[in-house]
Amino acid sequence: MSGRHIGDVILDLQNISLRFGGVKALTNISFDVREHEIRAIIGPNGAGKSSMLNVINGVYHPQEGTIVFRGQERRRMEPHMAAMQGISRTFQNIALFKGMSVLDNVMTGRITKMKANFLEQAIRIGRAGREELEHRRKVEEVIDFLEIQHIRKTPVGRLPYGLQKRVELARALAAEPSMLLLDEPMAGMNVEEKQDMCRFILDVNDQFGTTIVLIEHDMGVVMDISDRVVVLDYGKKIGDGTPDEVRNNPEVISAYLGVAH
Amino acid sequence: MFYREAGQFKTSYAADQQIFPITQDRVGVLLILAFAFLAVPVLFNEYWLKAILIPFLIFSLAALGLNILTGYAGQLSLGSAAFMAVGAFASYNFMLRIDGMPILVAFALGGLSAALVGIAFGLPSLRIKGFYLAVATLAAQFFIVWALTKFEWFSNYSSSGVITAQEIEILGYRFVSPEAKYLLVLAIVVLLALAAKNMVRSSVGRAWMAVRDMDVAAEVIGIRIMHTKLLAFAVSSFYCGVAGALYAFAYIGTVEPEGFNLDLSFKILFMIIIGGVGSIVGAFLGAAFIVLLPIALDVMVQEWLSGFLSPSISSNLQLIVFGGLIIFFLIVEPHGLARLWQIAKEKLRLWPFPH
Ligand SMILES: Nc1ncnc2c1ncn2[C@@H]1O[C@H](COP(=O)(O)OP(=O)(O)O)[C@@H](O)[C@H]1O
Ligand SMILES: [Mg+2]
Repeated sequence: MSGRHIGDVILDLQNISLRFGGVKALTNISFDVREHEIRAIIGPNGAGKSSMLNVINGVYHPQEGTIVFRGQERRRMEPHMAAMQGISRTFQNIALFKGMSVLDNVMTGRITKMKANFLEQAIRIGRAGREELEHRRKVEEVIDFLEIQHIRKTPVGRLPYGLQKRVELARALAAEPSMLLLDEPMAGMNVEEKQDMCRFILDVNDQFGTTIVLIEHDMGVVMDISDRVVVLDYGKKIGDGTPDEVRNNPEVISAYLGVAH
Repeated sequence: MFYREAGQFKTSYAADQQIFPITQDRVGVLLILAFAFLAVPVLFNEYWLKAILIPFLIFSLAALGLNILTGYAGQLSLGSAAFMAVGAFASYNFMLRIDGMPILVAFALGGLSAALVGIAFGLPSLRIKGFYLAVATLAAQFFIVWALTKFEWFSNYSSSGVITAQEIEILGYRFVSPEAKYLLVLAIVVLLALAAKNMVRSSVGRAWMAVRDMDVAAEVIGIRIMHTKLLAFAVSSFYCGVAGALYAFAYIGTVEPEGFNLDLSFKILFMIIIGGVGSIVGAFLGAAFIVLLPIALDVMVQEWLSGFLSPSISSNLQLIVFGGLIIFFLIVEPHGLARLWQIAKEKLRLWPFPH
C-alpha cells in the first residue's frame, strides 16, 4: 500500500452511547478515522459493529456522544444529509432496489448530484436530458471499474449473491464518496469472490483516495488490508490500533481472536 | 417483420437512453399513434368512440396515475376515484366561477387541485405502509365523496351534488362531435403518458422505485423519503384529477360525487393489476381489458350461451370472470399483461433459435 498519504482525522467519534430500550448496543465508544485510510471494525456477532456504521451515517441517533465530521460537530443528522456530505455505504444484508436493473441501481447512486426538477425531467428538455447523459457516463466508469458491464441491463434480483454485493458497491461508488462504509462486504462469498472484492476495495482506496470504514469477519482479510483496527465486544471498545498491535492485545485475544467463530 | 435488437448496436449512451431504444418499438409506437389520430376517427362509429374508446383513454390516464403511485412508488391507494372527483368538480368550478377561463387551463387546475388534495392524504404514508396506508386512502375515498355531496357549493347548489359539465370550447372551436372529443382526449392522454414515461426513466422515477424497493437504502443514498413520496402522491393525483375532469367533460357530461365511488377506485386498481404494476403500457392494456371485457362477455353470452344460461347467471358471469382473472394475475403473473407482452417480445427477439 504505497503511494497513499494518510491524512488528518476527518471523522472523530467521542463517547458514543446508543441504546435500544434496555439493550446497550454501544457504550461510551471513542475512535477516529483519518483521511484516505482503511479503518476496520471487528468483533463478534452482536458487538455493535453495524450499529456503529448506522451512527456514522445518521440511520441511528446515539443518546450520548459527539460526532465531528470534517471539522463540523453534528447534533442530529438524517441519512440523506450524510449522503450529501459524501458518506456512502453498503449493507450487511444486501439492500439493492430489487425491481430495477443494475444500471438503474447504480444511476440511483448519483441522485444527490442530479439537479433537474421533476417537471424538467417530465418534458426532458434542457438540462434534464443532458444530466442523464453526463451521469450515465460517470456511472459507466464505475461499472467498468467493478467489471460488471455484462450485467448492466439485468434486473438485480436475478443476479447471484456475490454479484449483488458488487452492484451494491457500485451504487455506493457512483456517488463519488469521500468516505465509504462497508458492512461485511465479503460475507458469504467464496474465496475467488473475496479476492476480487479485496482488490476492488484496495483499488478504490488507492485510486480515488476514498476513506474506508470496513466491517469484516475474515481476520486474514482485515489484517491484510486495513491500516488500523477497532475491536468491539458487547458494545464496548476493547482494542484499537494497527493490525499488529490489535493481534497482540491480550484483551482482544481472549475476547475474540482466541475463540473460534 | 422481425423484432430484435440484432445489428442495433448502441454506439452512444444517448442512443441507449432514447425513450424507445429499440427501432421496432419506436416504429410501432409511431404507427399506433398515426392509427389512433388519423384512422380511428374515420374507421370507428359513434358508439365505439363514445362508449368504448373515450372511456378507455380516460381510464388509461387514471390507471397511469395510480400506477405511478402504486406501481412505481409502491404506495397502495384505494382513493383514485376520489381524486378523479376532485379534478372533475374543481374544473367545473373554475369554469363556472371565473369568466373566460380557458378549458384546458381549467383541466390543469383541476389536476392541480387533485394534486394538493393528494398531498394532504399522502401525509399518512410518511408514517404507515401497506395495508394501513390502503385504509387511510380508503378514508380519503369516503371523505372526499362525502364532502363533495355535503357542501353544496361544490355543485353550485344543485340537488344531490349533480353537476353538468360545461361545453368544451378551445379558441372558438366547439368540441361536440364524438370525433372531436376523442381527438382532444387522445392528445391529452398521449402527452401525459409521454411525460410519465419520461419521469419514470429519470431520476425522479428511480427515486420512486428506490423508495418502493428498499426505503432505508434509498434514504442512505440521499433520497429524501418524504419529498419523494409526496411527489408521487401529487403527480399521481394530478393524473387522476385530469382523468376525472375528462370523465365529466368529454365522456359522461353529467356527474355526481357518488359516480366516483369505491367501485371505480377498485376498477382502476384492477386495471393496473391486470395490465401490469409498474408499467406505463400496462395502464393502457389494463384499461383496454377492463373496458372491453364486459362487452366481449356480453357478446359471447348472447351469441353462444343465451339458451343455456339463466339471465341471473349471465349477469354475474362478468363478476366471476373478473374475480378469476384478478386472482390469476395476482398469483401467476403479478406484472400483468405488460409482462406477458414483454415475454412475448423476448421470445421473438430470440426466435427462431431459442438458445
Ligand atoms: N434497530 C435495532 N433495534 C433494536 N436492537 C438493535 C437494533 N439494531 C441493533 N440492535 C441490537 O444492538 C446490538 C448490536 O447489534 P449490531 O450492531 O447489529 O451488531 P454487529 O453488527 O456487531 O453484529 C445487538 O444486541 C442488536 O440486537
Ligand atoms: Mg452487523
